[in-house]
Amino acid sequence: MSESQTLQEAWEDITPSFGHMLQPGLDTSHNVILYLEDISVSFDGFKALNKLNLTIDVGELRCIIGPNGAGKTTMMDVITGKTRPDTGTCFFGQTLDLTRMTEPQIAHAGIGRKFQKPTIFENHSVFENLELAMKTDKRAWVSLFAWLNSEGRDRISDTLKLIRLDGEADRQAGLLSHGQKQWLEIGMLLMQEPQLLLLDEPVAGMTDDETERTGELFKTLAGKHSLVVVEHDMAFIEQLGGKVTVLHEGSVLAEGNLATVQADPRVIEVYLGR
Amino acid sequence: MRTPFIIRLLSAMPRSGWIALAVFAAITLVVMPALHLWVPESSPFHVSTYVITLGGKILCYAIVALAMDLIWGYAGILSLGHGVFFALGGYVFGMYLMRQIGTDGSYQSLLPDFMVFLDWKELPWYWGVSDSFPLTLLLVLAVPALVAYVFGYFAFRSRIKGVYFSIITQALTFAAMLLFFRNETGFGGNNGFTDFKRILGHDITSPGMRVILFSLSALVLMLTLLLSRYLVTSKFGRVLAAIRDSESRVMFMGYNPLHYKLVIWALSAMLCGIAGALYVPQVGIINPSEMSPANSIEIAIWVAVGGRGTLIGPVIGAALVNLSKSYFTVAFPEYWLFFLGALFVGVTLWLPEGVVGLWKRIKARSAA
Repeated sequence: MSESQTLQEAWEDITPSFGHMLQPGLDTSHNVILYLEDISVSFDGFKALNKLNLTIDVGELRCIIGPNGAGKTTMMDVITGKTRPDTGTCFFGQTLDLTRMTEPQIAHAGIGRKFQKPTIFENHSVFENLELAMKTDKRAWVSLFAWLNSEGRDRISDTLKLIRLDGEADRQAGLLSHGQKQWLEIGMLLMQEPQLLLLDEPVAGMTDDETERTGELFKTLAGKHSLVVVEHDMAFIEQLGGKVTVLHEGSVLAEGNLATVQADPRVIEVYLGR
Repeated sequence: MRTPFIIRLLSAMPRSGWIALAVFAAITLVVMPALHLWVPESSPFHVSTYVITLGGKILCYAIVALAMDLIWGYAGILSLGHGVFFALGGYVFGMYLMRQIGTDGSYQSLLPDFMVFLDWKELPWYWGVSDSFPLTLLLVLAVPALVAYVFGYFAFRSRIKGVYFSIITQALTFAAMLLFFRNETGFGGNNGFTDFKRILGHDITSPGMRVILFSLSALVLMLTLLLSRYLVTSKFGRVLAAIRDSESRVMFMGYNPLHYKLVIWALSAMLCGIAGALYVPQVGIINPSEMSPANSIEIAIWVAVGGRGTLIGPVIGAALVNLSKSYFTVAFPEYWLFFLGALFVGVTLWLPEGVVGLWKRIKARSAA
């Protein structure tokens, strides 16, 4: 007994100094959650991203705008591990190098993504969609014997209320309206409990009322989570009120609040000049 | 509080399903064996050897169809090479049966006849454990699962999907067939294994042994059905269906589809292997034609006819197609393949959900 205690003490003596290396969790000690530096991606000679630099602070709500082909979706692909950049570095917090991680690893580390087209599981019920997304051990052997407990049920029903689908839990997700599908996907994202949410055109196809409610939801999420929103809807971006980054031809053209960006002559040229 | 496993298993199937299963068990485990063994042949209630053998064959095919449905219907991976796993299970058990012949073969040698014919003096190393019944059973499970695992690992890791995957599974079974056709491979070349005499020292053609193999096939089918039912109603099954519908979305949720696919793929191959091992002693022969590409395509047709993505469908499909096969190949032997092709085209065009889908439609119409 005493021997094992001394061993444990010895272990504890060593571990603090190695703790950083032993458990490479998310480190946001510099108050920055995402660093992209000099990221370039080209497809058959076309530069989708050209030395892109971007940093997102913890708890920030950032909007990304830009004309079609500016590289918004490719940027999301790089962050989530779908596309490997040709050059440049991409860090989640201080320590996690996203260019060396797979999609599931990145999702586990705490980055959630909502796609442009709502991609929910149409053959599953609304409830099952949320259950699949829930943060838990997602290995195959665990899923074989997994059984939803009451905390899990509570979490799902809380999320159902938040996304206003509590009456639709057992409905097949494919039968929801377009706006409801968008909300369901946002709900699935929240079930993953990510620190960073990437949202690609989250209000496309929503009614004005739904859009406004989505904006309110995002504002309540900011602070606790960091959000990166790609949108075309300027009224929605104005409602969100965060910092705006304008992408053009794969790099950052301008950055600042919406009014400053809209007054920038280069931005006006890019948007109106074509 | 954790729900006991037995309750989970019970709740995986509705009451009507359990009743149907009990009826099936009574017929295959009690009624048919009794009618075969203890009712005299002159009686109209006697179940003939032909019926028992055909029934046992179809039960084995039904297990294969279920295994195919797990991978195709629920994980969306169309394998056109499942015949190879069935044949591997059959060959492994066939090796045991060859050793059981002992010195009763034509050459009165301890070696199987084809080895004497090739002038081999001793058993190749991979025949090493073929005289042990328990080790043979272990290999029946392990060999197909291992081959599937290795093949699946490279295919799924390279993210090969859809029709490309189907084509390489066809290539797999074709390559295996060519390998087994060679005499030097050591599995009897194009004649394969036959003339089996006994299992565990008992005569393989005795009525009692036939009934045991028949009932064992029925029992394995029922266990496979329960296992499948548990799998598809578990979270594992919901993740699989999600991978089928949108694999990249599943990855961005933090699941690694590779492991999910590998588990169900290897399990499916293992079930095929068990079916093959039950099949060989009942039909009395195994040869490389079981690995022909057409055989594997036929498995997919059983599942499509019955209704993929349902569990009872493939069982019904396997039974329907094989019953009509045994009728057609006797009545109009040259038209069977045309009929099979027409059936597949017809089902694809008009019955996308197979016989089970048709049944559901009729029920919905009469309810409305």
